[in-house]
This record gives sequence, C-alpha cells and structure tokens, in this order.
Amino acid sequence: MFSYLMLQQYWWIVVSLLAALFVFLTFVQGGQTLLYTLGKTEEERDVLVNAIGKRWELTFTTLVLFGGGLFAAFPLFYSVSFGGAYYVWMAILFCFIVQAVSYEYRKKPNNLFGERFYEILLYINGSVGIFLIGAAVATLFTGGNFVVNENHLSHWTVGSYGLEAILNPFNDAFGLMLVFLARTQAGLYFLNTVDVPAINERAKKVVKVNFVLFLIFFLYVTYEILTMDGFRYDPKTLIVSVEHMKFFHSLMDMPIVAILLLVGVLSFVYGVYSGAIKGNDKAFWISSLGVILVVFSLFIILGLDNSAYYPSLADPQSSLTIQNSSGSYYTLAAMSVVSLMVPFVILYIAIAWRSLDKTKMTIEEVESETHY
Amino acid sequence: MEHTDLLVNWSRAQFALTALYHWLFVPLTLGLSFIIAIMETIYVKTGDEKWKEITKFWMKLFGINFAIGLATGIIMEFEFGTNWSNYSWIVGDIFGAPLAIEGIMAFFLESTFFAVMFFGWNKVSKKAHLLSTWLVAIGSNLSALWILVANGWMQHPVGMHFNPDTARNEMENFWAVLLNPNAVSKFLHTVSSGYILSAIFVVGISAWYLLKKRDIDFAKKSMLVASSFGLVASIYTVVLGDESAHQVTLHQPMKLAAMEGLYDGEKRAGIIAVGMLNPEKEIGDKKDPFIFKIEIPDTLSILGYHRLNSFVPGIDDLIQGKKEYGIMPIAEKIKRGKVAIAALHDYKMYKKEKDMMNASKALEIFKKNQPYMGYGYLEKDTDAVPNVPITFYSFHTMVTLGFWFVLLMILVYYYTIKNKIEDKKCLLRLSIISIPLAYIAAELGWVVAEVGRQPWTIQDLLPVNVAVSNISSTNVMITFWLFAIVFTGLLIAEVGIMLKAIKIGPKGE
Repeated sequence: MFSYLMLQQYWWIVVSLLAALFVFLTFVQGGQTLLYTLGKTEEERDVLVNAIGKRWELTFTTLVLFGGGLFAAFPLFYSVSFGGAYYVWMAILFCFIVQAVSYEYRKKPNNLFGERFYEILLYINGSVGIFLIGAAVATLFTGGNFVVNENHLSHWTVGSYGLEAILNPFNDAFGLMLVFLARTQAGLYFLNTVDVPAINERAKKVVKVNFVLFLIFFLYVTYEILTMDGFRYDPKTLIVSVEHMKFFHSLMDMPIVAILLLVGVLSFVYGVYSGAIKGNDKAFWISSLGVILVVFSLFIILGLDNSAYYPSLADPQSSLTIQNSSGSYYTLAAMSVVSLMVPFVILYIAIAWRSLDKTKMTIEEVESETHY
Repeated sequence: MEHTDLLVNWSRAQFALTALYHWLFVPLTLGLSFIIAIMETIYVKTGDEKWKEITKFWMKLFGINFAIGLATGIIMEFEFGTNWSNYSWIVGDIFGAPLAIEGIMAFFLESTFFAVMFFGWNKVSKKAHLLSTWLVAIGSNLSALWILVANGWMQHPVGMHFNPDTARNEMENFWAVLLNPNAVSKFLHTVSSGYILSAIFVVGISAWYLLKKRDIDFAKKSMLVASSFGLVASIYTVVLGDESAHQVTLHQPMKLAAMEGLYDGEKRAGIIAVGMLNPEKEIGDKKDPFIFKIEIPDTLSILGYHRLNSFVPGIDDLIQGKKEYGIMPIAEKIKRGKVAIAALHDYKMYKKEKDMMNASKALEIFKKNQPYMGYGYLEKDTDAVPNVPITFYSFHTMVTLGFWFVLLMILVYYYTIKNKIEDKKCLLRLSIISIPLAYIAAELGWVVAEVGRQPWTIQDLLPVNVAVSNISSTNVMITFWLFAIVFTGLLIAEVGIMLKAIKIGPKGE
C-alpha cells in the first residue's frame, strides 16, 4: 500500500514534528535561566519554579521520545552521530541529568548542596544544555566528521569527537538562537500562567530584550541556511553531490513548506508583540504555534527533497539520507501503526495541561499547596 | 586487540554503572506507585482523611525517588548510541522499536499524570486525581514492559532475519518480539521483584515508626497495605523466577551452567543450595568446582527442563561439545562463524564488482554458516564462558534473599492482621534491615542476567567487542568517572532527603 520511500518520508515528518514540539517545550529551560531575573524574592522564585515545574517532564519526555523515534526510524543516524559526536551528546546528557533532580531536591530539607546549587543546575540545563542541543542540530546543516563503511559501521575522523562543532560560528549562532528563543517563550509562558503583577511586568521586559537577541541570531542563521551549500542525492544512484543554495531550492521545490515557514515566523513575531506590548496573556500560544511551524519547516527541508540530512565532511558519500539510514520496511510500517497513538497522547496531555491551568499560579497557592 | 579489550571493558563498566544506579530507583517507582494508588483508592472509597495523609506521605517519598530514576533512565537510552553504536546499527531495526513505543505509550502517561498527581490535589476532582495516580502506576509498569521486551530480545533474539545487503538484523515479526517467552517471563519476574522491594520499603519504614512508638496508626495502616501487596508479589516472584530459570535453560545454557557452577553436565542434575566455589578450578581440568556444597538432588533437571531425566550440560560440555546431545563444540562454531564473516565480505566485494555469479555463491556459503556468525568474532572457545564466580554468587544470594522476603512478608502480614505487629520487636528490626537487602537482591538479579550472558550483547549473534562504538577508551574512561561522581553525589543527596522526610514523618506534611 505504501512504498518504502513513503514510509521513510512519513517518519522524517514524525521526527520533524517531535523536534518542533521539543523546541516549543524548551520554554521550561528558558524559564530556568530567568529565576533571578524575574523573581526578586524567594516567594516569587518559588512561583516561577512551580509554574515551569509542572511542565518540565513533558520537555524531558519529548527529548527521550525524539531519541527513541530516531533510533527506531533512522538507526544509522543514532549509530553514527551518537557514537561519533560522543562528547557533545554526553555533555547534553549531563545537562539533562542535573535538571531532573533539581526541581524535586531544591527546597527539600537536608538536600546536601543547598537550594542555590540546584538553581545553578537548572540554569546550566537551560543555557548550556539548550545551546549544545542547538549546536548539535546545526550540524545537520553543516555536517560531521564521520565515515561509514560497507557494513554501515562508522567512525569519527577527528579526535575531539564532536566538540569541533562549536568552532563553527553557524553552529554557535544556532545554539544561541535557541537559548534566546527559549527565554523569550518562557517570558510569554509566565504571562500566560502566573498571576503575580511584579513578575508579569518583568516578564514583558524580558520578552522584548530576548526577542531582539533572538532576532539577531535568527536573521544570521536564516541567511546562512538560504545561501549555504547543501548535499543533494540522486534518488536512483544515491550518489551525493554538493549544490549551492540547496535549502533555498528545497523551499522553492516545496512551496507549502515555505508558506508554513513564513506563517510560523509571522505567528511568532505577532505572539511576541501581542504579549510584550499588548500584555495579552494568550500570546504564548500564538508564538508557540510559530515556533512549532518554523522548526518543523526547517527539519522538513533538511530531510526531504533528496537532501542529505547529515552531511559527512570526511567523506561526502558517507552522508546520511532518509533512504540510506532508515529502518527496514517492516519496522517502519509497524512503527507507523504505533504512531497513530500520538494524537491520543497529545489529547490527554492537553486535557491534563488545562486541568492544572484552570487558575493562574499565585504566591498564596504555592505557599498553601503541594509544591516543589 | 588490547585496545579493544580496554574499550569494551570501560564501555561495559559505564553501562553497568548507569544500569545499577538506574535500578536503585526504578523498582521503588514500579511498586510504590501501585501501593500509593491502593492507598488513595481506600481514601476515595472511605473518605477517611487519615488515608489521604498516608497517601500524601508515601507520594512525597515516591516523588523524591522518581526524579532521579528519570535522570538515570535517559542516559541508558542514549548510551546505546554513544557507547554501542555498532550495536545500534546491527540490531537497531528491532531494538529501537520497543524504545520508541516505550516513549509513546508509557513515558508520556507517566510524566503527564505525575504532574496532575503532584499538583492536582485541589485542582481536579477526587476521582480524576485517583485516576491520575493509577495512570502513573500503569505508565511506569508499561515502561518496564517495553524495555524488558527489548532486553528479553537481547537474551533470546526472535522474530528477525539477517539482511546481508544492509549487514544488519531486521525485524520480520513484531508479535514474536513482543510475545517472546523470555521477555514475558523477564517482565513479570522483574516488576514483581520491584513490588517486593517497594513493599519492604514501606514495611521497613513503618516498622521504624512502630519501634519509635510514633505515628502508630499511620504505620499500621501502611503496613497492612504494603504487606498484603508484598505477600502476593513475593509468591509471584518466586514462581516467575522459576520460569525465568526455565527460559535461561532453554536459550542460554552457558549462563545456567555458570549460575550453578556446573562444569560436567549430568542427568538428574541438582541445584546447589549452599556452596563455595573452588578458586583454582579451570575449564576442562576435571577438578571439583566446589570446596563444599549442599545440593538438592534432581531439582535442576526438573526446574530447568521440567523433566527428571533431562541432561543439563555443564561448561565443559558446552565448550568441548557433546554429540549425543546435539551440542556442537564452540571451536567448531567459531570456525563456521569465521567462514560466514569471510563469505559476507566476499559477497559484498563481488556485488560491488557486479560479479553476480560469484556473489551468489558467496551468499550461499554465508547463509549456510550465518547462524554461527557471532562466534566468528571470538578468538578462542573459552571466550564464550562468562565470569562464573560473579554469576554463581549473585544468583545464589538473590535466591536466598528472595526466600527470606517471602517469609518476611508472611510474618508481617500475619502479625499485622492479628494486630500484634507492634509487639514483635525482632521482626520490626528485621524489616528495617531488609530494606537494603531488597536493593541488593534487585541489583544482583541484573548482575546474573547481564554478566551471565557475556560475551554476548545479543545472545549468540553479537559479542560485545563488535557491538562497541569505534572510539578511544580514554573518552569512555573520562565519562565513566564523571558519571560516577555525579550519580554518587545525587544518590547521597537523595538518601539524605529521603531520611529527613521519613524523620519528619506524615504529620510534617
């Protein structure tokens, strides 16, 4: 019924959606870097921690599922990138281990290191963690130093095992762009979910400042993506060749993706305007829609339209494409059936989200009820 | 080769470290989630506020434990890629699926409703809150199901074929992978051992309150729920443990031989009840493997094969082969495996040169020898033997502790329903001491499962030296120590927080 290629494309779309949802959910990380900017008293910081604390597991779980989805659908990427860019992925993991415990342990008596220590860990997760994820994702555009042999076993050709990625300004700009995006989104999220006037006023300022910083990096990254060389493969021979302005061409080849990207950018900008200038507490949802659309579109041009989504700098013919790196037809088909559960999962997450957000979070609520 | 050994050892050490730390937290999540759900159900049914207080106290301890379990869990998933990248390709087509399904089916259920359970006391209705608590329990256990399906497949690979063109194993029957008898018995045995640990955790802490003569009513109510839950679970664990051993007998005879220190196989083989291994014993030297032993006759044949007269092969038989029982010598398997590897190489080469006739000849040779391909990566036949002392002592300590837990649960349950538990000081003290013992038994279970199947990552298909990532051992050594420091720091913090919360007690809520 479905061709192998269709299943590979479907799974790239699923992976793209997961990536988009993950970036949307990084408002949690953004919020972790703003505890002392937005919270001037202990009570205010407690409100902030709890406002994002009730969501942090969703971000964490989406990251895990993103990994699991890649493993099942594109095992060669899992093998090549994780085993090769070893230090980058390990550094990301460390940033996420420390997040998981910090919410729970921060205010608990006898927590060994003190409250401030766990807040620093949250800050590291929100800044270094997101920067590294951004830099790692940027290598899907700029490539990695790997070689894949005839048995599909791979090795990295540089002894820094992935850390060399941060020497590339594009990768760094991509990482910083995500950090400021997360902080902008966090400001809008607090406007949406917290009812403490002092915090809300500061949040508006934070949104403005971080949006400007985000915009600088976003414009640079977008310019680079549209003008950079990309790797295109011949679907018949699977031979990879360099193409100038490959991603721009892909947007032209897939106008619907270009439209989604444009709508995403506009939606995000309008969300920021509506929240930071007009004080609309629903603006978070408008900007979030924008974030999801933009990230989704970028992933689509990375993997579809005969792109090599993970170029090899060491040996271009080792570059990974959705066709040479995927699971078998059977596995992709079986997993596609399982993926039909995703809408159901999103539905119950939405119901649970709404049930916890019936009223906005206040200092009184945090002091009187179960909290982190 | 020395370099590869070093890399393999550090990579195994890192994975073992992560897994052992992960397993310090997961069993409690698996069982305590159900215990809390039962307690909250009683609260919702009776409307008695005392049960709400009980539920909230154990939920607080659950939360402290839950977060660190998540932290260690994420690393394991990614370590398959970072440290076992060849494995990720060679079997990723089968192994990745349960991991992804775990994410979709279980993790979101767990994390979404954990937030409602934790924050929702005054935001959702009583029934919706109770439902959330049950969904967290179900989610946690579903998560265990999928990861144990994956692990069960590594112990007994089914439902796939080797594709010479992609040089990997590919799934051909999802249901065979899911319903793999090894996976099913492993799941049931593992989660029920988590239930026992959780029951002992609640019983032990409650015993401490009773000995301190504080929060008496709270402690007795908690004990009643936990001991009845633990009693059922402990009986299940023993029965299902037997099924696990049966699966090992059928599919991993070398592991079984190591578990029992059996070198020379025999009919009507017995199980060692107590024994001390002879440290000078070597493979094939015909020395007595034991300094002393107490054996229960015939039981290994009966439990392993469910037949009195069954022949249970020993390590020497499996190495040297035993024609009358259809056991091929490992050296022969290695030889055939090397033929398969060479034929696969030839096949690829001829195909590249478009010499289809020779390619098809090479493929034929490959297919004939493919079942032994994994053995082709071993250097000598004794490489196929796991570490016998570690496997033997871990297994026997786990089983002994398992029987003690059954007895403990029976006694605690009996005296609790007779309302005499407060007077049984010795039993209360033993309950407290049993908390660390339960953790030891849980960890040893994994030591048996994982050390006992060496040198295989995938039984008979893929040894660890091929599965490992192509990186330098120094990298892994660095991250090993970083993990060791971070995990140990977090563990100390976790235990400190937990002990303080227990000391404050339910009234401090």
